[in-house]
Amino acid sequence: MRIGVITFPGSLDDRDALRAVRAAGAEAVALWHGEHDLQGVDALVLPGGFSYGDYLRCGAIASLSPIMTEVVEAAGRGMPVLGICNGFQMLTEARLLPGGLIRNDHGMFLRRDQRLRVENAATAWSSAFEHGEQIVVPMKNGEGSYTASAAELERLEGEGRIVFRYVGVNPNGSANDIAGVTNERGNVVGLMPHPEHATEPGFGPDTSAAMRSGVDGLRFFQSALAALV
Amino acid sequence: MPTIVVDVMPKAELLDPQGKAVAAALQRTGRGTFDVRVGKRFELTTTGAVDDALLESVRQTAADVLSNGVIEDVVSVRVLEQDVRS
Repeated sequence: MRIGVITFPGSLDDRDALRAVRAAGAEAVALWHGEHDLQGVDALVLPGGFSYGDYLRCGAIASLSPIMTEVVEAAGRGMPVLGICNGFQMLTEARLLPGGLIRNDHGMFLRRDQRLRVENAATAWSSAFEHGEQIVVPMKNGEGSYTASAAELERLEGEGRIVFRYVGVNPNGSANDIAGVTNERGNVVGLMPHPEHATEPGFGPDTSAAMRSGVDGLRFFQSALAALV
Repeated sequence: MPTIVVDVMPKAELLDPQGKAVAAALQRTGRGTFDVRVGKRFELTTTGAVDDALLESVRQTAADVLSNGVIEDVVSVRVLEQDVRS
């Protein structure tokens, strides 16, 4: 199984996403935003960072990249697509996911190990979790406040399309504590927290067992592998 | 050269943390108490003439690219005054 990670100008976490793909047991394929070529990958990750310096709106210019034509087409065919942080912002800008991300309500950039509850374990990127399970992965953003119209929020709640919700604290003012959502088909998922930073012992969040031993993020990528089998 | 100005504002019902921070600074420095919202102004300068077709195309661009209808509103699309006269 080959999972592609697209690098955009200003992507920061593409290398970590490639490592996470390999840690999950898939072949990691580095893709470039300026090309119209997905190199035959089976799934896609749009990584975090600050593409185009967050000019215009976060993820807006990257969502107009050449490769996004192929991303939209592949998502339409049902290919698993994961957008992390800036990648999530790109997916909303490309209208592959509903809603939008605005500046954190407290106005500050915030980094913390964030507890999440899995609200939908039936998507291509969350099937390795149990419904209702709580996980901890890092988050780090300045514009991560999820927003959508009241009607859209009601629809998403009704259709079970909230995939991850913040637990304990809402770190940015997101509507309904929403950390991540999916499309109708469940193959496209976006979230602000960073699962790719919690895939290798020694480099993840602290757990009660040991410092930096948290690898809850690994199962995002294992879910995609399971979806592709 | 004619310039088309596009104004975009965050939706009224959404919190504008940037505006809030500016409002707090204005109050703190004794410049008055205001509700402040911060938006964007785009200036699109063209070498050709501005006709209805171009304006319509810019309106579409404003809706599709310069703004995100989920979080922002296009407040106005207009031709700069001095260019209308010239």
